[in-house]
Amino acid sequence: MEKKIKVLIAKPGLDGHDRGAKIVARALRDAGMEVVYTGLHQTPEQIVATALQEDVDAIGVSILSGSHNYQFNKIMELLRDKKLEEIVVFGGGIIPDEDIPSLKQMGVKGIFTPGTSTETIVNFVKENIHK
Amino acid sequence: MNLVEEALKGNYRAIARIITMIENDSPEGIAMMKELHLHTGKAYVIGITGAPGVGKSTLVDKIIEYLRNEKKKVGVVAVDPSSPFSGGAILADRIRMQHHFLDEGVFIRSMATRGSFGGLSRTTKDAVKVLDASGFDFIIIETVGVGQDEVDVVKFSKTTLKAGIMEIGDIFVINKADREDADKTERDINAMLGLNPKKNGWVPIVVKTVATTGEGIKELMKQIDLHRDFLEKNTSFLYEKEIYKSEMEIATILKEKLFERALEKTKAEGGIRGYAEKVASREIDAYTAAEKILDTFKCCSN
Repeated sequence: MEKKIKVLIAKPGLDGHDRGAKIVARALRDAGMEVVYTGLHQTPEQIVATALQEDVDAIGVSILSGSHNYQFNKIMELLRDKKLEEIVVFGGGIIPDEDIPSLKQMGVKGIFTPGTSTETIVNFVKENIHK
Repeated sequence: MNLVEEALKGNYRAIARIITMIENDSPEGIAMMKELHLHTGKAYVIGITGAPGVGKSTLVDKIIEYLRNEKKKVGVVAVDPSSPFSGGAILADRIRMQHHFLDEGVFIRSMATRGSFGGLSRTTKDAVKVLDASGFDFIIIETVGVGQDEVDVVKFSKTTLKAGIMEIGDIFVINKADREDADKTERDINAMLGLNPKKNGWVPIVVKTVATTGEGIKELMKQIDLHRDFLEKNTSFLYEKEIYKSEMEIATILKEKLFERALEKTKAEGGIRGYAEKVASREIDAYTAAEKILDTFKCCSN
């Protein structure tokens, strides 16, 4: 059996719009990946616990509520605590350009704002995960 | 870290890593399964199958809650189908189990079928074993029942809940029992069960639940306990069940290995595909092709 890329698509925060998350999940599946989707309103703690049990290669975080700085910071911190730094974290949603550099500095590998093609995201995941 | 030692101590990271290795068919993973097998046999495995949308995940959620109140450690293996087109999968059973994500006594793993024809793949069974060896008291396998899948989950589990009409379940759950047609469904199932009495002495039971509210869960768990008592009193039947399960496991591994060997042996002729081309062009037939491939095993095999 060949190795498969496994991605957790996570939706933290209070906004209830997961259309974007679902579209990305489907695109990754169509590219042959196994995608764990856990639904709305996840806390960073829940996201990291899920990533650990599911042993995912990447976490894709969708945030439209404006709380991205807090959420990403917390997720990265918890991943470090659990020694899961090798998991590639990327994100998307309504994220202002000026916030992107600091998110990258936290260790978030890619940020995809509205208008990004699903192909770009699929390629990003493939290029950043070596299996 | 020594993954096997850590898994035996219940380390979630180690458990998760080993399951991935098994999924990827890595030789290290298989070596670990050989060690872990000796530590299995303590957990009680419950298989849940039924058509999409009947509420299996919600039911699992409520069963976890019940078992956690009893201070039992619970492992869940939730299986979703791989796409036959892309080979990818969306694993979404966790959505219904969210409030157990941070519970230290619950481990949930989603798995894709990865094109295994038997429904419950060897890797699913191995994942259950990893959890068993790691000290979980109960392990729940959740799988969408389509044809062979349903039969497979019965072979592997000790108690099977079936939300549908077939003769394989030990317990039949009518979920969403607050709907008006639930009583009719119950009569239909009971009528079907009357036609298929179980041979080994266990009479299948119908339980009505409303998983979203938790109604009927206590009764369901009581029936699972009764079935467990039944098995424990019928040691010879339980023993036969274990033997049968092990027989299936050996057969699965053997089939895989033989198939791999056949691919290896026929490499020179373009593998199975080389033979397939001849069958497609009506040069030979499929039986002859298979016999020819078997012939390559005959002499001097290493």
